[in-house]
Amino acid sequence: MLQLEHLSKTYADGTRALSDINLSVREGEIVSLIGGSGCGKTTLLRLIAGLDRTSAGAIRLDGEVLSGPHPSVGIVFQEPRLLPWLTVSENIAFGLDHLGAAERKTRVKHALEKIGLSEHAERWPRDLSGGQQQRVAIARAFVTNPKVLLLDEPFSALDAFTRASLHEHLLGLWEETRPTVVLVTHDVQEAVTLADRAVVMQPKPGRIFDELPLTLARPRDKTGLPFESSVRRVLTALDHSLNTLRQQPQRERDRQAAALWW
Amino acid sequence: MSGQATSHAWSSQQGAAALAAPSPAEKRRAFDWRILLGFLLPVAVALLWEAAVRFGLAQGRLVPPPSHIAATLWALAETGELWAHAWATLWRVATGFVLGAAAGIVFGALSGASGTVRHVLDPTLQALRAIPSIAWVPLFILWLGIFEASKVALIAVGVFFPVYLGIAGAILSVDRKLVEVGHVFRLSRIKLAKRILLPAVLPEAVIALRSGLGLGFMFVVAAEFMGASEGLGYLLVDGQQMGKPDQILAAIIAFALLGKVADSLLVALTKPLVRWQDTVRERL
Repeated sequence: MLQLEHLSKTYADGTRALSDINLSVREGEIVSLIGGSGCGKTTLLRLIAGLDRTSAGAIRLDGEVLSGPHPSVGIVFQEPRLLPWLTVSENIAFGLDHLGAAERKTRVKHALEKIGLSEHAERWPRDLSGGQQQRVAIARAFVTNPKVLLLDEPFSALDAFTRASLHEHLLGLWEETRPTVVLVTHDVQEAVTLADRAVVMQPKPGRIFDELPLTLARPRDKTGLPFESSVRRVLTALDHSLNTLRQQPQRERDRQAAALWW
Repeated sequence: MSGQATSHAWSSQQGAAALAAPSPAEKRRAFDWRILLGFLLPVAVALLWEAAVRFGLAQGRLVPPPSHIAATLWALAETGELWAHAWATLWRVATGFVLGAAAGIVFGALSGASGTVRHVLDPTLQALRAIPSIAWVPLFILWLGIFEASKVALIAVGVFFPVYLGIAGAILSVDRKLVEVGHVFRLSRIKLAKRILLPAVLPEAVIALRSGLGLGFMFVVAAEFMGASEGLGYLLVDGQQMGKPDQILAAIIAFALLGKVADSLLVALTKPLVRWQDTVRERL
């Protein structure tokens, strides 16, 4: 179980990126963080990954407080971030340094088969397409068998077809070890395709606006009515999250006007 | 013919493979063609000048025709003089380059890796860099004598600065995003340096070493001008004093060949380290 307790992040320049985030994610659950730009989704993910320090609050994984990068937490970034001087298979094996050569080899081989890039094992990242590179990045995170996998809009730079096929690759890998997944996205379709629960965030400062369970059976039929209505529900929640933002200054102005009147 | 063959390969299943690895024969042909293009201009100029002198249009006393220069080169090579001079020059450049590059790599790495070291070291080194290196010559001669040591020291100083700047700059400009990948996998500082920083700076390090080597050849001439009894620089001075332009030009040609060979050697030696690079400037 991944627990975020009263999590806040204020940057050195005073920007409040996150304020009082409380969220717990069950083991094996796929949670999607969704929200407009600047609502602190990526910041939240970087805090869980241990790449940034929290200003207040705690992150717990099965009771253990996380401070800094943890072996049980893997992350896939928005860009593939493959090391260009390593071949595809060496890139996948990057986090397996502590294992024996044989174990490393079997894991990498299996991962390559899973993502369908076995014949590209010895090529350089520069020879791969963007979608293939991102598949390698996902495999690199999966081979270490993390308990928690963080995905930071990993599909946002890809075209719709590639994205759909990557969703399947991701679910295929997830099925094997069923890690807890926190997926940041701004794509409602993507959230409904992948997640068990959508967490809608709100900007300035970043906070959780609403949580919507997505209980559709897998594999999900993207043309079906339940899918459509789920998408609509998330969109409505997103709309509300932005509307309250617009309403606040309005209310503030009313109060000021009232003060003047009296 | 080959164009048709390629277009067949494109439409076939192996199209992508053909793109990644053109057949060796094809590669060689393209390579040859460009080399020939490079020879076009100098050969044309040489032939024109040769003809001008032969037909009495020019005197060719101060600017000897190519045949004359070739004859001088040949004579120097035959007596073994050329090799002795080239060897002396090469030894000086190599020693100075190794010393200067080693120091440049060490100081550059320290300065790039640690902010404190950079704040202590960099201002002084930048100030020293502003001194024209030739200005050190009198001091080096006083300190190290007029023989090899002062020459090697001058070359080492010339090589040091581009290597230092290149390495320090390369480390500072390593992509933060790749470093974060190292953090995510909890690499220690040493492993981070070995597995991410070192490979990431290699391409720029190679360029720094190449410009260092180029400067090494520049400074060896200056060093040999300041008093030497052998070396290609000595041949230059001797040619001037004896009024032998053909010898000067022969020495210049020898310098050009030697510099090019040394640079190609450096590129060939470092090529395996940077073959993963995704650039078009590979052949420059």
